[in-house]
Amino acid sequence: MKDQDTQLGFYRQMQVIRRFEEEAARAYAQGKIGGFLHLYIGQEAIAVGTAAALNADDYLITTYRDHGHALARGTTARAAMAELFGKVTGCSKGLGGSMHFFDAEHNMLGGYGIVGGHLPLAAGTAFASKYRGDGRVTIVFFGDGAASIGDCHEAMCLAALWKLPVVFVCENNQYSMGTPLSRTLAVADVTKRAAGYGMPSDRFECESVNQVIERFGKAIKRARETSEPSLIEVLTYRHRGHSMSDPGKYRTSEEVDEYKKKDPLFVLRTHLEKAGLADKLTAADESVEQEIADAVKFADDSAEPGPELLAPTTYKGAFAR
Amino acid sequence: MTAMKSVRFREAIRMGMVEEMERDDRVFIVGEEVGHYQGAYKVTEGMLDKFGPKRVIDAPITESGFTGISIGAAMVGLRPIVEYMTWNFSAVAFDQILNNAAKIRQMSGGQLHVPIVLRAPNASAKQVGSQHSHAMEHFYTHVPGLKVVAPSTCADAKGLIKSAIRDDDPVLYMESETLYNLKGDVPEDPEFLVPLGKANVVREGGDVTIISWSRLVHISLQAAEQLAKEGIDAEVIDVRSLRPLDEETLVASVTKTHRAVVAYEGWPYGGVGAEIVDRIQRLAFDDLDAPIERVTTLDYPMPYNAKLEQFVIPNVERIVGAAKRVAYRSA
Ligand SMILES: Cc1ncc(C[n+]2csc(CCOP(=O)(O)OP(=O)(O)O)c2C)c(N)n1
Ligand SMILES: [Mg+2]
Repeated sequence: MKDQDTQLGFYRQMQVIRRFEEEAARAYAQGKIGGFLHLYIGQEAIAVGTAAALNADDYLITTYRDHGHALARGTTARAAMAELFGKVTGCSKGLGGSMHFFDAEHNMLGGYGIVGGHLPLAAGTAFASKYRGDGRVTIVFFGDGAASIGDCHEAMCLAALWKLPVVFVCENNQYSMGTPLSRTLAVADVTKRAAGYGMPSDRFECESVNQVIERFGKAIKRARETSEPSLIEVLTYRHRGHSMSDPGKYRTSEEVDEYKKKDPLFVLRTHLEKAGLADKLTAADESVEQEIADAVKFADDSAEPGPELLAPTTYKGAFAR
Repeated sequence: MTAMKSVRFREAIRMGMVEEMERDDRVFIVGEEVGHYQGAYKVTEGMLDKFGPKRVIDAPITESGFTGISIGAAMVGLRPIVEYMTWNFSAVAFDQILNNAAKIRQMSGGQLHVPIVLRAPNASAKQVGSQHSHAMEHFYTHVPGLKVVAPSTCADAKGLIKSAIRDDDPVLYMESETLYNLKGDVPEDPEFLVPLGKANVVREGGDVTIISWSRLVHISLQAAEQLAKEGIDAEVIDVRSLRPLDEETLVASVTKTHRAVVAYEGWPYGGVGAEIVDRIQRLAFDDLDAPIERVTTLDYPMPYNAKLEQFVIPNVERIVGAAKRVAYRSA
């Protein structure tokens, strides 16, 4: 294992996401959060590994399941929780909500609600990087369910044809809402398509942050150095339902338990414990608890956005009536 | 007397679909999570068991694809029902609806037609944000070749879905997530149909006509109650069918009340409300005693924050205010 402090750092980052979302689920039950809330629990290693593999000025775009990616990239738990609570101190001023986290300062260019619609945007930010020659890479995430939709295909066709510095990552958590992969894809392996597009690909089951850094790192390097897009499929699992309104009856508890045993966060914790870091883990957990409790309090105490925000977030300057 | 059954709105839609599928084996339903999951909003619950996977078809997230497939199947004689998880996602299939469903009858010189029903919940739900709150009727009513309906009661939900399925042209059927639990009596008669193109006067009154559809009918009725307390007797019309539009019923009411308010979800720029105002001012100009007012969603993308969402969507207070203004009885 690499340097233990680095691993401990990854553990802490994953734990922040995990605890953030567990508290968000609780706040949802209390009615403090409305609308849709899609939890990332089980998939955290991907977000944390991605953030570590990217440069700070690289672009990231994702789906509505966006809390983990925002937090890993540097959005504070305060700004994220406040967004869920619909407060003006939130990362999208309380106007976006759970599905639409935006944090331009951290080059988190948004969570998007229409399946597939954000993939061409990512090809577009990569296009801009190539146009300007700024050396930035774009990474974009989509689900297994999104692999079938037209925009996914079009984005990849263009990225390959125009050699855009973008990494397409399918976070394959095996389900599209209540539908298992076997009922959405004729060919289960999404990366088989890469040959047809003319781009390199990679496919692996997510076990650790290190592995994500290493595997994504290669594609990111390729995008940066040779302006070549890649398609990566990461097999993962969401522990919770699709969103808060989904009881997830389509999966057996045995299946869920099986994956919980392989949970990268749990595995890393066990590993660090065995390496004699129990005290440091406890200290990390305590500081995470404080950070999340502080975020909830901050979100509770923050003001709501007022109607005066609506016009200037619709147009710049005079309202076009 | 026809036998009535008390059901929820979602069941009324299902009853209509099930009856039509029993009656006509060319009818099938396709959409995301309509089968094994029993429907994202449980509208299709039990239908997979009843009709099997040949006629209740789970599709991947491919709105353009399964809309196009359904249009193709309809061209050669099947009668598909397409369920979108919500109308927002029909935007992905907009080209299929606009360029194929609506045009094939005319482009082919009348040789072909597209007997298809597209249905889904529409407009605001609760805090689902800017990409998931669209009132899509305003986009689709613009298009000749399409018909658009939006029921507000359980009986109409059943009667209109049946008429839509039996219609030989594309019918877009708009539900509301906020109405799915509404209870109401529906006729059990499998020949009970509500014709397209007929509005319904849901409350009679002589002072002002409030015109709306879908969820907003219920809000308009609440507004009428409040207006009654203040001595204004409002007539409330549920348009039900947005295209074709029943201008006779609208004009007859305004001829009686001389004043009108149109209340609906959707932005103020253009749209169904503007069309209704235009028809009334053209057809009943001499009968109007005040400019017609519209109570719409405010002219912004939908914000997530709960209070701002309530601020932006039409409510009782704004309808009451508009009714008073057209009655020259400002508070
Ligand atoms: C075009 C479109 N159709 C339908 C939906 C509704 N919807 C939201 S998420 C989802 C499932 C997506 O599954 P997947 O791509 O595997 O991502 P996951 O949620 O598993 O992360 C569906 C059907 C949508 N948001 N957009
Ligand atoms: Mg998935």
